[in-house]
Amino acid sequence: MDTEEYRDHPVRSYVLTSGRAHPSRNTLRPETLVRAVESRPLLSTASRMERELVQLCRGTLALAEVAAYLQLPVSLVAVMVSDLIDAGHLAIRSNHQAHVLPGKDILEKILDGLRKL
Amino acid sequence: MDSASSDRTASGQHLAPTVARSVKVLVVGAFGVGKTTLIGSVSEIEPLRTEERITTASVGIDPGQPNKDTTTVAMDFGRITVTEDIALYLFGTPGQRRFWDLWSGLADGAVGAPVMVDTRHLEDSFEVLDQLELRTKIPFAVVVNQFPDSPAYPLERVRAALDLLPETPIVECDARDRQSAVLTLITLVEHAMTFPVFQKVNA
Ligand SMILES: Nc1nc2c(ncn2[C@@H]2O[C@H](COP(=O)(O)OP(=O)(O)O)[C@@H](O)[C@H]2O)c(=O)[nH]1
Ligand SMILES: [Mg+2]
Repeated sequence: MDTEEYRDHPVRSYVLTSGRAHPSRNTLRPETLVRAVESRPLLSTASRMERELVQLCRGTLALAEVAAYLQLPVSLVAVMVSDLIDAGHLAIRSNHQAHVLPGKDILEKILDGLRKL
Repeated sequence: MDSASSDRTASGQHLAPTVARSVKVLVVGAFGVGKTTLIGSVSEIEPLRTEERITTASVGIDPGQPNKDTTTVAMDFGRITVTEDIALYLFGTPGQRRFWDLWSGLADGAVGAPVMVDTRHLEDSFEVLDQLELRTKIPFAVVVNQFPDSPAYPLERVRAALDLLPETPIVECDARDRQSAVLTLITLVEHAMTFPVFQKVNA
């Protein structure tokens, strides 16, 4: 019944971002929506993982979705995404400010949407 | 060399281009209570999973591992595009104290949390409720997931046993049923709307 799994985790993840543990922008959350900036292709020196990430983001995805498809921890992908945003290859799609809770109007829209499901 | 990602992401998994905002809820509860099932019932995408390595305070989680202080915990999640411009994400996470580092980050910005409980093991949810009440301000609704051998307690008895505040919603649910799962989300969002923190308009 224990569906959560505990197992050893490869250290490889942390090597990809040169050992940094925190994204340069603390605005990123697992649900933050990101998208590739089409006019800003990656340089030929970009890593394979960066290429894969940017390619995934040809359409809008949440950070957590990117992490799941890349099979990497969200915390690690947040670092990569943050660097790619800084370099102009990715943009945050969600237009709300981080750490601002959704207002009543948003909750009302969500309720309407849920009631129609 | 770039084909790997397109293989992994089936086309159509991207959000519609009109979606410009995301909102999340946390589905919390003890192991085996039905979190993954509930997420799968309502999600428009096949539920996804990520794993995070976390440091835990307690020992004995996995006696087979030489290092007892770090563990890998899975988080699964799904999404619903609720309006043309809003996507609702549902993140499922165990709510026990030893996973606090993981879900404190997740709780930040959440609209609320359906707390799933199993009346066969009610005591398993005490710690989850304690954590939510003591360490977050997020609205929660208790979702009593029904299993075939669940004792048929009236909801008010479960409310009393869990020592819930009178205003905290408590609902029965069959996590395998989409409409039932949607109703729990509606209950939660309605409850969240009564919280002053969500009163302002910031479209
Ligand atoms: N009868 C019944 N079984 C359920 C229900 N929800 C979950 N289950 C079963 O309970 C088990 C654990 O559910 P799961 O969603 O993996 O729990 P989690 O650990 O909280 O993610 C699975 O075998 C599910 O099929 C429910 O509402 N009714
Ligand atoms: Mg699960």
